[in-house]
Amino acid sequence: MASALINVPKKAKRGDVIEIKTLMSHIMESGFRHTSAGDLVPRDIITSFVCRYNGAEIFRADLFPAIAANPFISFFTVAKDSGKFEFEWIGDNGFAETASAAITVE
Amino acid sequence: MRAMPTRRTFLELAGGAALAGTVPVVTIRPLQATPAMLNAAIRNVVGEAPVRAGKVTLDIPPLVENGNTVPMTVRVASPMTEKDYVKSIHVFNEKNPQPNVGNFYIGPMAGRAQVSARIRLADTQKVVAIARLSDDTFWSASADVIVTLAACTEEVN
Repeated sequence: MASALINVPKKAKRGDVIEIKTLMSHIMESGFRHTSAGDLVPRDIITSFVCRYNGAEIFRADLFPAIAANPFISFFTVAKDSGKFEFEWIGDNGFAETASAAITVE
Repeated sequence: MRAMPTRRTFLELAGGAALAGTVPVVTIRPLQATPAMLNAAIRNVVGEAPVRAGKVTLDIPPLVENGNTVPMTVRVASPMTEKDYVKSIHVFNEKNPQPNVGNFYIGPMAGRAQVSARIRLADTQKVVAIARLSDDTFWSASADVIVTLAACTEEVN
């Protein structure tokens, strides 16, 4: 069971630039490793990450095997309105996870 | 009287040069020095547009013990207004099996053009960050990283 850690300020003043930190637990198997028997370990990574703020996309990332296991991504946005941040991770083997966080903008 | 180079002054000079040589581990180099795969990956993103050095800051430790998780932050100097903002930030590496690290798409609503992630480095190598601005110009920064324990390609136990 995959799990996400999200860090978004609960409250912000309108117009503040806030930092959003996200971490999704995932092995991020690069697809370049071999077992001791010489077999290639198939790739299993998160390939895309999206963040929406009250429905509008504010951040998107394409991820590659060079992203470390349990991808940690942090970025910024301007606090405009109270509402919800929605996060979505999509990856190999049908991996799809979502998370959300609420913010109050005064 | 002119000072002749004595053994002592020579040693001081040599010592100074050795010391100076260890300090600038993070250096900015022109893009043409990069190997073919890295260059191809960059061209894939920027097309034929010229990539200029500047505006971008790539924060990454110059010496890494464990290449499996390397903290990295890319910052772009931009006012982030509706008319002048950063569209995307692209990170590449030189010697991993694949030259791409990540593409990050932002916009004027970001307020600050800065992205952090943890990455893998399979070897001592150069990391390149490229930013695409709203006027479709490309700016870059690169950093050399020394990795003592490589990532990605080791055997699975």
